[in-house]
Amino acid sequence: MAKRSAPEVNAGSMADIAFLLLIFFLVTTTIETDSGLNRKLPPMEDVVDPPIIKERNIFTVVVNKNNDLLVEEKPMDISELREAAVAFLDNGGGKGEDACDFCQGARNKASSDNPEKAVISLKNDRETDYKVYIAVQNELVAAYNVLRNREFARLNPNLGLSFVEADRRYSDPRTSTSEKEVLKPKLAEVKLLFPQKLSEAEPSKTN
Amino acid sequence: MSKFKKKKGGELPAISTASLPDIVFMLLFFFMVATVMRDSTLMVTNTLPAADQVQKLDKKDRVMYIYAGKPSDRYQDKFGTQPKIQLNDKFATVADVGAFILAERASKRQELQNVLTTALKVDGETNMGLITDIKQELRKVNALKINYTTRNGDYMQNLK
Repeated sequence: MAKRSAPEVNAGSMADIAFLLLIFFLVTTTIETDSGLNRKLPPMEDVVDPPIIKERNIFTVVVNKNNDLLVEEKPMDISELREAAVAFLDNGGGKGEDACDFCQGARNKASSDNPEKAVISLKNDRETDYKVYIAVQNELVAAYNVLRNREFARLNPNLGLSFVEADRRYSDPRTSTSEKEVLKPKLAEVKLLFPQKLSEAEPSKTN
Repeated sequence: MSKFKKKKGGELPAISTASLPDIVFMLLFFFMVATVMRDSTLMVTNTLPAADQVQKLDKKDRVMYIYAGKPSDRYQDKFGTQPKIQLNDKFATVADVGAFILAERASKRQELQNVLTTALKVDGETNMGLITDIKQELRKVNALKINYTTRNGDYMQNLK
């Protein structure tokens, strides 16, 4: 057969293809967002008489200038911190009014009464490295998340989400309003069981 | 017979360029969307520490950024190697933080002024003293919501 010239390609649909690609990229591209540990600072005004907290309800974490950790007066490696914080928060040693019916801890009398009373106190030196401080913060937040995940799974067994996932969905702007309405009370409920009481000591004026 | 006339030459028909504008626009739109505008050039080293219990910092219009760290190489002969704070495009001292926050807050829309978050983008090698000072300044101007911006990763990386 004779060689024919190639027919001209119809370019009319090119624009459609281009738009299709454009829309595809628009939908799939996520602009990189920053992420980090959210914290709330205490207000500046001086508390006239600070509430009295029993010694057993305070979990003291001190980081010194050599980045060593002192937890409850004993040196500790950072890899054990999460477990220790979970054990403290989940202890539930209180009796009567302070009893904690959902705690699964050791019920040690010398440790916290219930998660609502338990306070973690973090103190650092001015020479402490920021990255070590972040590692400690991360582990303490992780301890709260472990417990919150457990309670969230216990209270909402059919949801198939952990607390952290649910919280992420809740703060995601793409989640529908109706779903947020469903998640909001569930998250608040768990947050009430394990309130994040992480206190940072005022910087000491002497050093 | 003309029916079996040989085609002259092997030249191809010209490719239509009508769709070129579309392609260009597509690329333009793509880059417009995917580009993150960095509104201040970094003048400090900024290797963020790693953490894995992070929350996302959505809604960029509600965030104020404070950078801190050692001045980058090209600024070191002028500003030394001690960690410094960077606000917008300038090095600043701790005393400037309050004024910066108030100015930033005033520039935001009224309804956002109470929900602003301060993102602390601090280099991992910085000492806590500087951060404690910044936090005290933030408390003075009642900017209590803060976010320690981190990289996603295992915390053990921080201890090396």
